[in-house]
Amino acid sequence: MSNYSRDQVMKVIHSVMDKATPQQSQALQNIYTELSTLAQTIDAMHADILATRSHDVSGKHIPTATDELDAVIGATETASASIMDSCEAIQSFVDAADENLKNNVVGETMKIFEACSFQDITGQRISKVVNTLRDIEGTVDKLLNLFGSDESAPLPEMEDMRSEDEKLLNGPQMDGQGVSQDDIDKFLAEFD
Amino acid sequence: MNTDMKVLIVDDYSTMLRIIRNLLNQIGFKDIDEATDGTQALEMFGQKNYGMVISDWNMEPMSGYDFLKHVRAGAHNKDVPFIMITAESKTENVIKAKQAGVSNYIVKPFNAETLKGKIESVLN
Repeated sequence: MSNYSRDQVMKVIHSVMDKATPQQSQALQNIYTELSTLAQTIDAMHADILATRSHDVSGKHIPTATDELDAVIGATETASASIMDSCEAIQSFVDAADENLKNNVVGETMKIFEACSFQDITGQRISKVVNTLRDIEGTVDKLLNLFGSDESAPLPEMEDMRSEDEKLLNGPQMDGQGVSQDDIDKFLAEFD
Repeated sequence: MNTDMKVLIVDDYSTMLRIIRNLLNQIGFKDIDEATDGTQALEMFGQKNYGMVISDWNMEPMSGYDFLKHVRAGAHNKDVPFIMITAESKTENVIKAKQAGVSNYIVKPFNAETLKGKIESVLN
């Protein structure tokens, strides 16, 4: 892909248009008209891109999605470790038990260990999705730069069409965001 | 089956390292080292005489596939039994691994019986 920005293309078009004024020959007048239409089309495209709030895709939506997916990997890893801690503890409890009981318990806990491999598989799948999203983010950024999306002129925030109830639903919070149970207890205690 | 040997397991997921370690323990292997990528594994491999290597494929910065090629191209313990345990299940992956000298290949998710069977086949 060439690295000509919208501004550079528009500059070339206007430069040619300056040299081909309508007062000249019919052929030049036709070129002038075509270039004028092209300039208007590019301007309209620019306005359309701004209206789609494409910067939100690469600047907000994709980073949020990748952070959430990274958090899923972290949460499943923590949960798997906790499950395996319990399995190892259970196995140690039956170390001195009779052979039959011990074999049964160890056999079942090994099945739990095997099942915990879901964390590795889901983690790899999620990582693939995260990488794909990052590729899309990079491509969107490149396209926005080429088409000259003007970040210095931010659009007004879009109207939030969700109901009051829906606005309160944000799902699980990332680490460091939201409040702890202790904070909630303290907060509620202030009402007592 | 001799289970007194040193075993090196390599995976970038701590969960998987722990699963493999526990399964190996149940089979009878007790002397187990862990590495989280091919670079670390290769360094450890050069320092000890491992009787078997069990490695994931997809790791950064060095993959299990590159680690395998380094092992087979090296002078130290180059014929060690090397089992690849990976989610990469395309035929081309298996062929590449075989060409690089892998001893056996297990696709994730796997169970204890599969692991035990493959270990027996490469050690006997």
